[in-house]
Amino acid sequence: MRIRLLDIAHARSGDKGDTANVGVIALDPKWYPVLAKYLTRDRVAQHFTGMITGGVDRYELPNLGALNFLLHGALDGGGTLSLKTDAQGKVFSTALLRLVLDIPDAEVP
Amino acid sequence: MKTTVRVGGGQGFWGDDPDAPRRLVEGGPIDYLMLDYLAEVTMSILQKQKERDPSMGYARDFLGAVQSVLPHIRQHGLRVVANAGGVNPRGCADALRGISGDVRIGVVTGDDLLGRIDELVAQGHQLANMDTGEPLSGVRNRVLSANAYIGSTPIVEALQQGAQIVVTGRSTDTALTMAPLRHEFGWTATEYDKLAAGIIAGHIIECGAQCSGGNCLYNWREIPDLANVGYPVIEGSPDGTFVVTKHPGTGGRVSTHTVTEQLVYEMGDPHSYITPDVVADFTTIRLADDGENRVRVSGIHGSQPTDKLKVSIAYRAGYKAVGTLVYAWPDALEKARMADRVLRERLERLGLKFDKILTEFVGASAAHGPLTPATDAPEVQLRVGVRSESKAAVEGFSRQIAPLVLNGPPSVTGFAGGRPKVEEIVAYWPALIDKRVVQTTVTIV
Repeated sequence: MRIRLLDIAHARSGDKGDTANVGVIALDPKWYPVLAKYLTRDRVAQHFTGMITGGVDRYELPNLGALNFLLHGALDGGGTLSLKTDAQGKVFSTALLRLVLDIPDAEVP
Repeated sequence: MKTTVRVGGGQGFWGDDPDAPRRLVEGGPIDYLMLDYLAEVTMSILQKQKERDPSMGYARDFLGAVQSVLPHIRQHGLRVVANAGGVNPRGCADALRGISGDVRIGVVTGDDLLGRIDELVAQGHQLANMDTGEPLSGVRNRVLSANAYIGSTPIVEALQQGAQIVVTGRSTDTALTMAPLRHEFGWTATEYDKLAAGIIAGHIIECGAQCSGGNCLYNWREIPDLANVGYPVIEGSPDGTFVVTKHPGTGGRVSTHTVTEQLVYEMGDPHSYITPDVVADFTTIRLADDGENRVRVSGIHGSQPTDKLKVSIAYRAGYKAVGTLVYAWPDALEKARMADRVLRERLERLGLKFDKILTEFVGASAAHGPLTPATDAPEVQLRVGVRSESKAAVEGFSRQIAPLVLNGPPSVTGFAGGRPKVEEIVAYWPALIDKRVVQTTVTIV
C-alpha cells in the first residue's frame, strides 16, 4: 500500500545555521512503528536529492511518536547569508510530507 | 515554598506582537513574565545600532512591554525576566529606570566578549567555526559582535537579590524560563533532572504562541480564534513536572499535538540538548492531556553540562539584494524563466561578479523545489537574489530588475517599490569557549 506521509504524520521544521531540521510526528501513535521502520535516513536523503548539498542525520523519539531529521546544506548558507525564500527552513516540513512510502499491506495498522 | 509557579512566555522574538505581554499579564494569573528577544541574527543588528549610538543596542520593544505591565510589577508582585539587553544590558536598564521609577532592576553582564577576542585567541582559544572548523582569523577584522550564551545562574542571583525585572544580554532563551523555577524551588546546580525539565519548559514557550496554536500544522483549520491567540503559561512544580497551558478566554490551542510540534522545532540530537546548565534528554519527555488546553509534562532526565559555552559571533559578509517581478498566465512560468535568462545574460555582459545568484519561481517551486508538481500556474513570481563582496556589483544588479518590465518577456507586473534594496550581510559564526573564562556579574540598579 502506498501511503503519503501527509496522511499519517504532521511536521515542523526550523534551522540551525545551514542545516534544516524536520520533526515528523505520527498523527496517531499506531503509525509511529511504520515511520520508524520505513522512513529511513536513505529514503529521506533520496527524497531531498537536489535540494540539499550535505548528508542527512536521523533520530528517533518514540516517546513523542516522532522522528527528527537533520538536512545539512539545505539553506544556501543559512541565516542572513541565504538568498532563499525559505532561508530558515520553515517549509521543509511539508516538503517532507510529500514523500510516499510503500508499505506491505500486512504492516498497515 | 510555593507549590506552583507560573511563568508566561510573552514574546517569541524581537518583532513579535507588542501587545502580547500585556494580554498575558492581564488575562490570568502569572508570577513571571518571560520575554525572549534574541535570535542568532539579532545580536548583530543590535551591535550595528550601538555603533551608531552608544546608548542603543538593546531591544527597544522591551520598554513598551514593561510600561504596559508596570502596575502589575508594582502592586501584584509580577517579576519580569528578559534577554532584551542585547549587546547593551546596562543601557537597557538605564532606559528602563526612566520609565519604571523605583522598581528594582537586575542587570546581568559578562557575556560580551567583543573586547576580549584578541586576548582570548592569544591565550589559545581558537573560536573556530563550529560548523565548518575554519579559524576565526579569516574573518577577524570583520567581526561585529561576540557573545557567550550564558545560563540560569546569574538570573537566579538577580532574583535572589530581589530584582523585579532581570535584564540580560545573550542568555540562552531557555534559561529565562528555567531560572525563575530554579529560584522559587531552590533547585541546586546538580539537580539535573529538574534543571532539564526547566530547560524543556523554556524550549516549549520560547517561541511564544508557536506552542499554543500558532504555526501549528495539526488540524490547523480547527484551531479557534487565532486572532486572539493565547500566549503560553508554564505551571511549574517543585519536582520538575509542569503543565503547559494558556489563559481561559483566549484563542489558539494547547494540546499534545501543538506542544510536540514545538518540541521538535530547531531540534538537533534529541538525546543531548546542550545548555550551560544541563544536558537535557528529549527522548525522556512524557506528555499527557490534563484537561482542556492543558498538557502535563513529566519524566525528563538531564545530565551534567559540558565545560564549554557556545559563542555567537557576527561578522560582515558582503552585500545582497533580492529583486522580484510577477508574470501572469498564460505560460507564466515559461515567461519568468525567460526573464531570468535575459537578466543573467545582461549581468554577465556588464561584467558584474557575484558569489551567488539564486533564482526562484514563487508559485511554481520556491517552497518545495523539484518536489513540486507542474501546474498551469495563474501567476509566477520571479525572485532573483545575488550576493557579492562587491557592493557595486549588487547595486548594478539592483538597476537591472525594473527595465525588464519594458524590455523583457510580456505579461509582467508587480514591480512597485522601485529598485531592490542593497543590504549589508551580517553573518553568524558559532564557536565554543571554555566556561571558566566567562565570568558573569549581577548588578542591581
